[in-house]
Amino acid sequence: MSSIADIQNEIVSEFEILGDDKESTIFYIMELGATLKPYPESERKDEYIIQGCQSKVWLMAETEEGKVKYTADSNTDITKGLISLLIRVLDQRSPQEILTANLDFIQRIGMGGILGSQRSNGLAAMINQMKRYALAFQTQQNA
Amino acid sequence: MAIQVAYIRSLFPILHQEVNGKPLVYLDNAATTQKPRAVLDALTRYYEKDNSNIHRGAHTLADRATKQYEESRETVQKFIGAREAAEIIFTRGTTESINLVAKSFGPKFVQKGDEILISTLEHHSNIVPWQMLCESQGAVLKVIPITDAGELIVEEFEKLLSPKTKLVSIVHASNALGTINPVKKIIAAAHAVGAKVLLDGAQSASHLDVDVQDLDCDFLAFSAHKLYGPTGLGVLYGKRALLEEMPPFLGGGEMIREVTFDKTTYNEIPFKFEAGTPSIAEVIGFKSALDFILSVEKATIHAHEQELLTLATELLQEIKGVSLVGTAKEKIAVASFTIQSMHPFDVGQLLDAKGIAVRTGHHCTQPLMHRLGLEGTVRASFAVYNTVEEVETFVHSVAQIARLKNK
Repeated sequence: MSSIADIQNEIVSEFEILGDDKESTIFYIMELGATLKPYPESERKDEYIIQGCQSKVWLMAETEEGKVKYTADSNTDITKGLISLLIRVLDQRSPQEILTANLDFIQRIGMGGILGSQRSNGLAAMINQMKRYALAFQTQQNA
Repeated sequence: MAIQVAYIRSLFPILHQEVNGKPLVYLDNAATTQKPRAVLDALTRYYEKDNSNIHRGAHTLADRATKQYEESRETVQKFIGAREAAEIIFTRGTTESINLVAKSFGPKFVQKGDEILISTLEHHSNIVPWQMLCESQGAVLKVIPITDAGELIVEEFEKLLSPKTKLVSIVHASNALGTINPVKKIIAAAHAVGAKVLLDGAQSASHLDVDVQDLDCDFLAFSAHKLYGPTGLGVLYGKRALLEEMPPFLGGGEMIREVTFDKTTYNEIPFKFEAGTPSIAEVIGFKSALDFILSVEKATIHAHEQELLTLATELLQEIKGVSLVGTAKEKIAVASFTIQSMHPFDVGQLLDAKGIAVRTGHHCTQPLMHRLGLEGTVRASFAVYNTVEEVETFVHSVAQIARLKNK
């Protein structure tokens, strides 16, 4: 499995192909959202919601052989695309790797400029929640 | 008279720019309008030549600033047809104007068991202050229902009215749907049971003729920034007799007659309600904004905006997957809609990538969205400087976006 740094480099080079055309970049993010595996309807519970001003995210996590597995969904296609990027980088890793991950691809892509402040805040909230799950699992493992 | 849009656009510096590589199409006018050069010049001139604290200054600059500040008040008075300038209070915005009434009129005139009426169309600014008042006074908040088209059900309103009704606080034109309410009728009916009426004119003041004596509303609240004026400034109109009976809202400078440690007596209206140094530059700049509107004439602006709204409505209706939200017969120039299988936020960002500025979401009207069974809408709102070509560009872009999910 590629390292977190390698996957981030891959993502950055994919976005570089799109250049600075905002529209194509947004279309690409929306397409990525479609690759997200379906979220189980039985798990569409309030406890998994990360509430933004406009978009809503459901994020669950479980561990399998010491690795964290994330499942997520959103009611907006752009946000789904963003989650799919985060999952691509952080899924199936140990809590320690997730907690120490430096997610610089977001800044390198210039996501703030593409998405504006509302979505960027939402993205930060998603990362925080993913790390919080990792911390909880790590605490469990160490107990 | 047909509007000279090209000339009008030349008065607004901000419109002449590209956003995301495309010419800016600004259709978020219900949130805030852009400012003509005359307003920007007035702000600059004030700070360059006249900046000084107003009232009681012993020097020339203070005198000049005071004179301009009070001239602006008189312009507002004439703009809304108030009897006298003293009935015009400057606030920070519509929200503060409504809160002023809730905090000052409220405790004095609304008691336990009394009722306040609002409508389903209200902005949060015309809901929350009344919920707070009802909670503190033990009063009851009642809500006038609407039809699916977004029109008030007047018969239901009449049923809700009773001698217990102390205040009807109602929006003149809905920010989310554009619906124009039959406020004259509402005001007359409310007065018949002895209730006072606050009109939320945030959306109507720039588009419709709002004459407070003709309407006979007791209060009118609106914001300067939605009338081509500066941000951070609002107006509260109130009838003299009411304003005089109401206690001050904030304590401090300007609003006093005499202060001793034993007792303070208050200044007369409007100063009683203008504690502290006000937004002097903004008030002075606002006069230029109102002069601009008066120079184009409201009727001309209204006719132009209605033409844009009609065109947008007709073209949007033809797009597969697009549903218009709010189809009242009488509307200000607001086109709210959703696209099948697409979130409004995504639509807004895709439009932004094409240089088109719209607003998306619940528009601070969550109870209204809940009533309509929606999370939010995409809202395009038009102003005097928008063009037919901009509407066409906008609709064409919406059609492209809708095709992504509605083939």
